[in-house]
Amino acid sequence: MAEKLMKFSDAVAKYDPVIGLEVHVELSTETKLFCPAHIEFGGEPNTQLTPVSLGLPGSLPVVNKTAIDYAVKLGLALHCEIAEWSQFARKNYFYPDMPRNYQISQYDKPLNGNGYLDVELEDGEIFRVPIERAHVEDDAGKNTHVGGADGRIEGADHSLVDYNRAGVPLIEIVTKPIEGAGARAAEVAGAYVKAIRDIVRTLNISHARMEQGNMRADVNVSLRPSPDAPFGTRSETKNVNSFRGIEKTIIYEIRRQAARLEEGKEILQETRHWDESTQTTAGGRVKTDADDYRYFPDPDLVMVHVTPEHKAELAAQMPEMPRERRNRLQAEWELTDLQMRDIINADALDLIEQTVAAGASAAGARKWWLGELSREANAKEISLEELPITPADVASVEALIASGKLNDKLAKQTVSGVLAGEGTPEQVVEKHGYKVVSDDGAIEKAVDDALAANPDVAEKLKSGNMKPMGVIIGAVMKATRGQADAKAVTAVVMKRIKG
Amino acid sequence: MPTTFDRAQIEHLGDLARIALTDDEITRLQGELNVIADSINKIQEVATDDVQPTANPVPLEAYMRPDEPATPLTQQEATAGAPAVEHGMFVAPQIQG
Amino acid sequence: MTNTSNVVQLSATQMAEELRNGEVSSRELVDAHLDVIEQAEPSIHAFLQIAGEQAREQADAFDALSADDKQALPELAGVPIAIKDMIVTKGIETTAASKILQGWIPPYDATVIERLKAAHMPILGKTNLDEFAQGSSTEHSAYGPTRNPWDTARVPGGSGGGSASAVAAFEAPLALGTDTGGSIRQPGALTGTVGVKPTYGGVSRYGAIAMASSLDQIGPVTRTVLDSALLQEIIGGHDPKDSTSIPAPARPMAAAAREGATRDLKGMKVGLIKEIGGEGFQPGVEARFREAVAQLEAMGAEVVEVSCPHFPYALGAYYIIMPSEVSSNLARYDGMRYGLRVMPPAGVPQTAANMMAYTREAGFGDEVKRRIILGTYALSAGYYDAWYGSAQKVRTLIIEDFNRAFEQVDVLVSPTSPSTAFKFGEKMDDPMSMYMNDIATIPANLAGVPALSIPAGLSDDGLPTGIQFIAPQQRDEVMYKPAAALEAALEEQWHGPIWQSLNTPWLEGLGA
Repeated sequence: MAEKLMKFSDAVAKYDPVIGLEVHVELSTETKLFCPAHIEFGGEPNTQLTPVSLGLPGSLPVVNKTAIDYAVKLGLALHCEIAEWSQFARKNYFYPDMPRNYQISQYDKPLNGNGYLDVELEDGEIFRVPIERAHVEDDAGKNTHVGGADGRIEGADHSLVDYNRAGVPLIEIVTKPIEGAGARAAEVAGAYVKAIRDIVRTLNISHARMEQGNMRADVNVSLRPSPDAPFGTRSETKNVNSFRGIEKTIIYEIRRQAARLEEGKEILQETRHWDESTQTTAGGRVKTDADDYRYFPDPDLVMVHVTPEHKAELAAQMPEMPRERRNRLQAEWELTDLQMRDIINADALDLIEQTVAAGASAAGARKWWLGELSREANAKEISLEELPITPADVASVEALIASGKLNDKLAKQTVSGVLAGEGTPEQVVEKHGYKVVSDDGAIEKAVDDALAANPDVAEKLKSGNMKPMGVIIGAVMKATRGQADAKAVTAVVMKRIKG
Repeated sequence: MPTTFDRAQIEHLGDLARIALTDDEITRLQGELNVIADSINKIQEVATDDVQPTANPVPLEAYMRPDEPATPLTQQEATAGAPAVEHGMFVAPQIQG
Repeated sequence: MTNTSNVVQLSATQMAEELRNGEVSSRELVDAHLDVIEQAEPSIHAFLQIAGEQAREQADAFDALSADDKQALPELAGVPIAIKDMIVTKGIETTAASKILQGWIPPYDATVIERLKAAHMPILGKTNLDEFAQGSSTEHSAYGPTRNPWDTARVPGGSGGGSASAVAAFEAPLALGTDTGGSIRQPGALTGTVGVKPTYGGVSRYGAIAMASSLDQIGPVTRTVLDSALLQEIIGGHDPKDSTSIPAPARPMAAAAREGATRDLKGMKVGLIKEIGGEGFQPGVEARFREAVAQLEAMGAEVVEVSCPHFPYALGAYYIIMPSEVSSNLARYDGMRYGLRVMPPAGVPQTAANMMAYTREAGFGDEVKRRIILGTYALSAGYYDAWYGSAQKVRTLIIEDFNRAFEQVDVLVSPTSPSTAFKFGEKMDDPMSMYMNDIATIPANLAGVPALSIPAGLSDDGLPTGIQFIAPQQRDEVMYKPAAALEAALEEQWHGPIWQSLNTPWLEGLGA
């Protein structure tokens, strides 16, 4: 049943949206949160289990130190208060993908509380997202639904459960209600989740691939008549697993809820699901007291102690955060905000930084990665990183230009050779014999030949009309197989026409 | 805290605990739990606000293990005791009815 | 070969000595006990599984060791042992006496089992218990009750009635139990055996099927105090697989027990807990207890009365904390990964949720369901603070009571159980009166302190009574010394161990 929607611009004109995000990030530890089962993406089903992650009788959880360290680092990056003493609690509910029928999570004593993240919107505005908590918990297994359409749970006859993912450490980052975003609520959410992704990648604590489920978000949306009014009833759209999906969910929910409110209908407090194929959210379970998770401190796990010393040790290991790094590089490279945003949007920051580190100028590196190489990547529909050329290669080409060994044209040919798999820039130059001809005799002869062959052009040049200069340069280039330096050619021509 | 359990409450607890209690069981549990609850209620006399709760009798901080893999169960070991297995996976009846 | 009925009546320590002297082999010990098991089981039913073949293999492996290798092993090496079926054993069916786990063969060993195997102690089999250790009589086993060797019309106590009866009936010299509210000590008292609940965290719980995680502890079941001490030293000490395991080696308990056997308790202060005893306690139980205390005084101990004012609230707190943890710990038995699966009857949707509900309805017994429902309630929204939260506060008060008591005395004593063994069915329909059995044993579990029970003599009904010793946390050796002293004094008074008075028709025909 298609639900009524209000036009987005009308909806945000009439109502003030409040959003909340719960982002789950899978940590990239070697082993699970509570047992030493090795974690691997895409292994054979039920082969990454110990008695603990299978929930066998008698098994007991023991905390993975690295998972806690990762979580503390994320807490520091999100400006959270790190609890010296935190506690795991059991969240009790029955589901076939839960080996113990309780999740081990954190409840009233989370590791990280009360932080924030500043995110940059497309127009450069900074929006502060308040963070309630970032706690540690373990993941559930995976159900494959059999007998229904497209492997969906609805209409399935039965399900097959693989518990490999059960016990993988997750951090759940919960925002406080995000107010004041108005019509930009979706943009704020998208920018926030991308910023989280960049941070966890910088910290090297998660693969953060949304398409592999390393990151997923629950999206809460509610509307109220005005920013002064109390919060409205919210819907919770579960497990949205793409940036676009998050943004579209928010826009859809704002339009749907506005339409309902307009008709005087109430908003149900329910869990919904984003359906990529229909581009809608579908209603799920209405929250009832069946959602009574009976949290209590897990008696198998004692308090986790992060000493001030250990926290300081981890703080000292913190890499530069993405925003600080951007600001620093922008200053170092003397770029405008717009230029910097182009680099970010092209996902070229790391590559350019590495190219500069390998000796290239910032301008040169930027020119290659945003120009020729971006075109090549776009044409092949791959990312810049996937191109068969390294930042070191690009830096070598730049060095060859700087030393006068290549001109722009030869440099492009060299890069094409590298992309074609002909080897390093030096090998390509060697193979094709690329060389800028700076030998005056050879150029002078070629210029003389060209002027002789194009008497009309020679006349125009002598009369001071420099427009057809390109004809001579082109002829000289052809004669020298592109190896002449255009500046040197121009100089010789000028000498001849004046002499 | 209620001093008596009614039938609806016990049915609801049966749902939460995933036990398909029979009518007889509900009747019997109602009587028994009321007796037990009476005796338990006594603790309110001393569980005052100024007393700190104890979760674990021996004061310890968590030992944290290094992030090093150990030999896992084989798929055969993991699934050997299962009531139903297909393709190395555990079979759940229809999750959404 | 040594005469069977004689050899099985030795203490484990004596068996170990004979092993070292070459008077008996481990294989002979295993065979002798398997013979007794065969004779005794029809009337006792202490075992759910007998692992004869594996036990013989383990015995042969021990016998094949060089003298030097044997020398490097713990003192009880080669002596067989029985295991409560609440403890996971690789390759041996483990059921917790529940239908819901029928047929489950674990792919791993509990830490205590690994340690027993490392000590080359053959495992005779798995002993009976109240389902998931929930009960005080072993009548709640899904596989039929265990009988008390002293009177087979009576219960052996519980939940560890199987281990206690097996040791009392000479089916095993040693056993392991689990104690959540008295499940080792109370059956010890009712069967005239020794039962020890170590300090919480003193013995790894890894592989002990969880009943109430913050209360459960594995411990020894034996016929002598020294045997318990030696066994606890083998199974105790830090285990990195259990987060609640204390990072320290086992305490020097055998030395304390041997010191106690010299019967000198001068300088030791013993506290009588004012709040345990009186109403509800059988006169014969209290009489034996008073006589035992007099023996302690006679050996030089100073006896004073101490007050633990919050003990009367212990039972209430226990019946919140325990079922709460039970309700969560037993959630995993859902018909998905192991054990029983029961599909809903026709007419009920054949969903996963209903499968779980009907599996759990069919697979759990009444007592387990009662506790799950009570615990689900105690943790549910709106009641957590009033119930679970309050119970945890009482726990704090009980710990403080113990702390104050141990400022005044070295060790506390009380009767272990208010009564001697009762008849089958006597308390089955009255949960509260069944729960009262654990009134003296529960405070130690709530506070995590070590406690043990030894025989205190026969009540006027001719059945065994027990006396309980309680020591401060992580000082388990402190209770072993007076317990061993009292054991020696009483055995001198009785002219032998308590089991002299036990009729053992199942040993006849084995040749005396």
